[in-house]
Amino acid sequence: MRRALVLALAAAPWLHAAAQAEDPVAAEFDKFRAVLEQDNPAELFEVKGEELWTKPRGPKNASLAACDLGLGPGVVKGAYAQLPRYFADVDRVMDAEARIVHCMITLQGYSYAELAKQPFSSLTRTPDPVSIATYVAAQSAGMKIAAPQAHPKERAAYAAGQEMFFYRAGPYDFSCASCHGVDDKRIRTQPLPNFTRPAQAVRAVQGWPGYRMTGGVMHTLQWRMNDCFRQQRFPEPGYASEMVSALLTYLTVNANGHEYRGPGIKR
Amino acid sequence: MRPAAIAVLAAAALAAACAGLQSDPRADARALMQRDFHAKGSAGMDRLKEDPVQSACNAHRDNPPQALAEKLQQEQMAAIKWPADGKLLGDWKSGEKIAQDGRGMAWTDKGGVGGSCYNCHRIGPATTSFGTIGPSLHHFGKLRGYGAEMQRYAYGRIYNAKAYNLCTQMPRFGHAGALSEQQMKDLTALLMDPASPVNQ
Repeated sequence: MRRALVLALAAAPWLHAAAQAEDPVAAEFDKFRAVLEQDNPAELFEVKGEELWTKPRGPKNASLAACDLGLGPGVVKGAYAQLPRYFADVDRVMDAEARIVHCMITLQGYSYAELAKQPFSSLTRTPDPVSIATYVAAQSAGMKIAAPQAHPKERAAYAAGQEMFFYRAGPYDFSCASCHGVDDKRIRTQPLPNFTRPAQAVRAVQGWPGYRMTGGVMHTLQWRMNDCFRQQRFPEPGYASEMVSALLTYLTVNANGHEYRGPGIKR
Repeated sequence: MRPAAIAVLAAAALAAACAGLQSDPRADARALMQRDFHAKGSAGMDRLKEDPVQSACNAHRDNPPQALAEKLQQEQMAAIKWPADGKLLGDWKSGEKIAQDGRGMAWTDKGGVGGSCYNCHRIGPATTSFGTIGPSLHHFGKLRGYGAEMQRYAYGRIYNAKAYNLCTQMPRFGHAGALSEQQMKDLTALLMDPASPVNQ
């Protein structure tokens, strides 16, 4: 399947042409993506993730059946669309992958250091939390994004995430907003959604976790945030840290009300 | 300050600390980032620290009070180091390569730093994969003239765009030590040399 994708890309020179936001090239890519998503390689990771969720594993030889993703122990359906959210047992807001990592540590006995050592996919390795997040996300396909803001710490996470979004620092003075704070801009040929606008904020959530055609690997929002900070010339954000959950709270709440289509395909 | 006032302030600070993520969002954000980021490669934790320009832009969502903006802009302008030899135009061919090169200063980058110019600007006519965050620089000199003042403006703007527009999105390539004097001269030539393809 990967070979077929690569060939399809090579045969699609319009992907490399200059693209305007909302322009014909971007529209063509959306059509291309819609076709591919009917047979999305992400499904392979969903299947793997389901197996990892269900089977007894780790030092404690336990499954994740007792993992509470916010809707009660073991409830996966609809959970992803309602994350990040506040969890009383840790007294903080967690995004989906942070919560999965938390469950792998508390229920299965894995160590954070082990999981955080190489948390992102490469050509040769897909970390377990990535596959599990893909499985969990797929069980929210077709549901409305509804990250809660009822708890004071959920509202505080949103407010802190908003500040992080606009926080310019480092040698290039970049913030998230440098690229994602205004309408109709692009970097090189890549159109940039304005995440401060509800109608576009959904593009921070939609398609993630995503099968990335560049490199042919499965990536989650944890990876996307990490790579954005790398390009911002910032130091590295801690994997599954509260800081990343706060930023994701800001982005996701801005996208509330939109339908989540499930794991997707990214350029 | 009277001891009573100090006690009140201390109590308020303690209450804020106990509230965790419920006090001042900007303080919360900075505390979380300070705790949850770590240095990697060339990207040290010092990069999270705001300088006065970043702080003014961050605190006021890129729209600081005019008096503050003017004061900071003047300071930024005064800190520009102009080439000692007085020459501002280097080699536009080298400038074109620097403009294309988007690498440098990320934790994955080793070695040289490019200007990343095409990421945000239309510049030379041959490159269609240009970004649009910044204005088009095509025909830069041709439209504005090739005089000494315009050369100085181009060089200064590359060295420190914040000296001209405090909260512009453009990095301060000279001020930050990202680009060398020669690189900035070459970029100035790309924009200002009448022979540069930018001006054809």
